[in-house]
Amino acid sequence: MNVLWKALSTAALGLTVVPSILVFTGAISWSMHATLMMVGTVAWFATAPLWMEGTRAQRKHSDTHETDF
Amino acid sequence: MAPKHRSSLAERLDAINEFDREPVSENRVQGPGNFIGLYAGEHVAGTEFVIGPLFVAHGVAAGDLLLGLLVGNLVAVLSWAFLCAPIATKTRLNLYWHLRRIAGPNLLFVYNIVNALMFCFLAGSMISVAATAVGIPFDMPMPGLDDLYPSSVAWVVTVLLVGGVVTLLAILGFERIAQFSKIASPWLFLVFLASGVAVLPQLGVESIGDFWSVANESIWTGEPVEGRVRFTFWHVTFFAWFANMAMHIGMADMTILRFARKWQYGFASAFGMYLGHYVAWVASGILVALALQQGGEVAPGPISYLGAGVAGLIAVLLAGWTTANPTIYRAGLAMQTVTPNWKRWKVTLAVGVITTVAALFPALMMRLLDFVALYGLILMPMGAVIFADFWILPKLGLRRHYAERKRLVYSVPAATAWIVTLGVCWLLNVMLGWQIFFLGLPGWFIATGLYVSLSVMQQRSEEPELTPAPNLESS
Repeated sequence: MNVLWKALSTAALGLTVVPSILVFTGAISWSMHATLMMVGTVAWFATAPLWMEGTRAQRKHSDTHETDF
Repeated sequence: MAPKHRSSLAERLDAINEFDREPVSENRVQGPGNFIGLYAGEHVAGTEFVIGPLFVAHGVAAGDLLLGLLVGNLVAVLSWAFLCAPIATKTRLNLYWHLRRIAGPNLLFVYNIVNALMFCFLAGSMISVAATAVGIPFDMPMPGLDDLYPSSVAWVVTVLLVGGVVTLLAILGFERIAQFSKIASPWLFLVFLASGVAVLPQLGVESIGDFWSVANESIWTGEPVEGRVRFTFWHVTFFAWFANMAMHIGMADMTILRFARKWQYGFASAFGMYLGHYVAWVASGILVALALQQGGEVAPGPISYLGAGVAGLIAVLLAGWTTANPTIYRAGLAMQTVTPNWKRWKVTLAVGVITTVAALFPALMMRLLDFVALYGLILMPMGAVIFADFWILPKLGLRRHYAERKRLVYSVPAATAWIVTLGVCWLLNVMLGWQIFFLGLPGWFIATGLYVSLSVMQQRSEEPELTPAPNLESS
């Protein structure tokens, strides 16, 4: 399942940054870029915690070196 | 951490024990990934939306900016790696408890008050930044570049709300916010990058080949706005180097790097410097150049909206909030030695109140370059004292941690080094006109020289029979 979340998170980061390049090349408008970036933002915060926190929880159980600062 | 069966808020708060006063044990040290994430996250912060624009306001030229940031950030990374990290990983103590051994409890008391106030002001500027994003949907009048005092009732209300929420969340769950900050940081960096790229066509950049000429003619023009000193390559270099002087040369990041398995993890700071203090500063400079060209507002919220729309506002809000949080945490650590009987939540609340009041003053945000330089300068001499105590005194056959050995409540060499260094720096500023950005370097040598020479006088007069000091960790 983590693979799926990671793939979606990567796509979300892509939606955050790629539209700006398309604005630069003239392929899309600025408002489209802002909309896509917002979609990417929502998608990132919806998917990234699912695997980033999962990874952290697994480490907590397996790695005695884990701590917080 | 609080055991899970505890349910009441008071019990959970009271149970907080982060072993701040003990050396980090070997089984709690961490690998390099944590430090890369931490530095990358911490230095892609809300204040980057201010510093990049202030370089534009100071009329730096494009070549000076890009080269100065390259060199200055490199020296900053080297300072973390070669000055702070080795001492942090050998002592495994945070700054405050290590300094207590050197400076004595009374001097540490004074230092911690100063340190905590500096952290409060820094966190305050981050809350100001976040408030500029919150205020946009409500048409809040934004503070201008020259505003020093609260400029409207709406500004005051917004800052109080943001500061209150940030403080409450810091009290309730520092670790959850720290984790959220890690999740936000890759996205945040890309928002900076994308914002800068997306507005380039509006500045006249039609292809990559146009960038350099537009950069020189429309962004970093070499012409300061009225009332600002013109920045050169040297200003940029020294500012980039000393922007976090309190953290590396001043040794505040011993608190973080004491968890590093190896001292080389100090190089992880490069991820923060070159992502946050290079790319993000450049990107936010591009945004403010467009804002100035359009005659719009130059506060972080409005310029981020220019680049990324609503996502930009969210970025400013989260960047301000998530970076104010660890700064409040650090201030809490500093205050803890001053108020050892207070629970963490009380300390955090006190720090949050001071921070929020400071955030009301836009001067903190709009004069951030000067404040950051002053903040590093004030705390730097104690970093020099720690450096000299650790590396130089043993080579001269002198004892480390002399205040602790002799049960002194304050160390005369450390106190003198601190006060005289700041006094000399002040004189250099006032009488010779040396700008604050350049005072840290001579100041470090003055502080080191004073501490060493006064320690020689102190220890040789009191213990003429001294033999070479044993290794610190066995003493």
